[in-house]
Amino acid sequence: MKLFGLIWANLFRKKTRTALTLLSLISAFLLFGLLQAVSNAFSAGADFVGASRLITQARVSFTQSLPMRHLRQIEGVPGVEAVSFQQWFGGIYQDPKNFFAQFAVEPDRLFTVYPEWKLSEPEKQRFRSIKASAIVGSQLAKKFGWKVGDQVPLESTIWPTQDGNKTWTFEVAGIFGGVDADWEARANLMYLNFAYFDEERQFGRGAAGTFSLKLKDSTQAASVAAAVDAMFENSPDETKTQTEKDFNIGFFKQIGDIGLLVNYVLFAVFFTILLVVGNTMAQSVRERIPELAVLKTLGFTDFTVLMMVLSEALLICLLGALIGMGFAALILKAASVAIQLPLSAGNTKLWLQAIAAAFTLSVAVGVLPAWRARTLKIVDALAGR
Amino acid sequence: MSKTLIQLRGVSKSYTRARQSIQVLDKLDLDIAEGEFLALMGPSGSGKTTLLNLIGGLDQPTTGSVNIDGTPIEALSSNRLAAWRARNVGFVFQFYNLMPVLTAERNVELPLLLTNLSAAQRKKNVAIALEVVGLADRAHHKPKELSGGQEQRVAIARAIVSDPKILVCDEPTGDLDRKTADEILRLLQTLNQDYGKTIIMVTHDPKAAEYAKTQLHLDKGRLVEAAHI
Repeated sequence: MKLFGLIWANLFRKKTRTALTLLSLISAFLLFGLLQAVSNAFSAGADFVGASRLITQARVSFTQSLPMRHLRQIEGVPGVEAVSFQQWFGGIYQDPKNFFAQFAVEPDRLFTVYPEWKLSEPEKQRFRSIKASAIVGSQLAKKFGWKVGDQVPLESTIWPTQDGNKTWTFEVAGIFGGVDADWEARANLMYLNFAYFDEERQFGRGAAGTFSLKLKDSTQAASVAAAVDAMFENSPDETKTQTEKDFNIGFFKQIGDIGLLVNYVLFAVFFTILLVVGNTMAQSVRERIPELAVLKTLGFTDFTVLMMVLSEALLICLLGALIGMGFAALILKAASVAIQLPLSAGNTKLWLQAIAAAFTLSVAVGVLPAWRARTLKIVDALAGR
Repeated sequence: MSKTLIQLRGVSKSYTRARQSIQVLDKLDLDIAEGEFLALMGPSGSGKTTLLNLIGGLDQPTTGSVNIDGTPIEALSSNRLAAWRARNVGFVFQFYNLMPVLTAERNVELPLLLTNLSAAQRKKNVAIALEVVGLADRAHHKPKELSGGQEQRVAIARAIVSDPKILVCDEPTGDLDRKTADEILRLLQTLNQDYGKTIIMVTHDPKAAEYAKTQLHLDKGRLVEAAHI
């Protein structure tokens, strides 16, 4: 600890260079925090703890629909309080860049299973009564300037109408919000009237993409999921029932092997950082050879000098890791609400991974300059040889 | 008669440069008494700095023995030699060699970081050392905020802060003007006369050498002349 002041002062002797190096490290660890949190979320096993809702999808893929006859059977499973169903619409509003999710739903079932959505009674009534209607989330309405009564045309990428037209027009029957700030932030999707959609679509009638199950008791999530899947086992429409969290993860897994992608990206990032920080450390020690020789002259041992240089590398890598992970935690907190994934930089595992990465990086970048400092000969270094 | 503090016997030192062996010191015998102020003089390449490095424990002889206050330092391992230097020798360089990132106070404290002294004790010793060299009011200045003479005073404070018996000075006035050089040399004289430090100083400057009690001249690695002042 007595040497900390000297190590700290040496680290910041060239403030601009250190600041830039630190910035690279912060960026690297910010990426590390974000990507590793995603990877951890995707590699986690099924977790039914505290789940108050389950999602049932086709066992093969959620892109395959399930027959509506499943609805009654699922409703009959002990522990299930209510069931809603939804079908992905996949529509484009004006431009593909305007992407937002749309699901065809049965209005009353939606509000029973998702009481977190808030919509006024008159608007609920409009949604029920107007066939070609939709309700939009408050965030979405704000984004596109929609108000109740507006006609919104959507170009479906999946579903043609009976006459082969892919353009569907829906009247905005209401604008829903969330019960709290989190749900309000998620109100960026659109619900379409399922009855109208099912009647008008050219194929796939009488089927829905997924069922949402509201549970009587969250401690029964695992057993209800098992009972539902067992019920349809060996049928042409086998199911897979999981928590909303795991369903969301599965949705994003369509992109590919997230863990592998994350590892590739992190490898590239850290290899680049290794070169950047390694070069900085080497340059920093090279400039200080006479000073290190003076320290040895004063009685600092080879080992002490080696540890001082390694400590500098560790200090800057740890600083970068802590600041970068701090930013990642803030971003993940916001992102987990927005995309409804259990992303968190608050867990111990992730922070330990970051500290281990910082430690490994510091050894990798510090070992050569530290060895050079350790082995330098005082007489030669003082003479500038 | 003062006791012999530094005793060199049959000391030779050779280096290999560009595959050629260069004999820098040649079977040198030397005794330096405790409390001596010795000026080592001689032309470039005569072996002055090499001799100084051997006495300071910065280098080891190819053959021969360097015995200082009863310790044959040529036999010490690198770590033990480092510890021995920290306890017994203070170093003063031509270009001061202060840490630019540290204040005068923190520079002077450096050798004490290797001791078991408390922070308060270190601070006290640093203040005394800076007082001795007349720079108590510059404790919080960094080297670039000091003149050359002041930098050298800080370097001398650093050399004496752990109270070593020996001060090894390599051209301590080589980078200073005459007036400042004289001030530094008077300070070294004070350290020798009032504080009993044994000083070995390499210099090219005959005027600087006049401050010493004894002058030794080297040529081609051998002692050629001794003069007591």
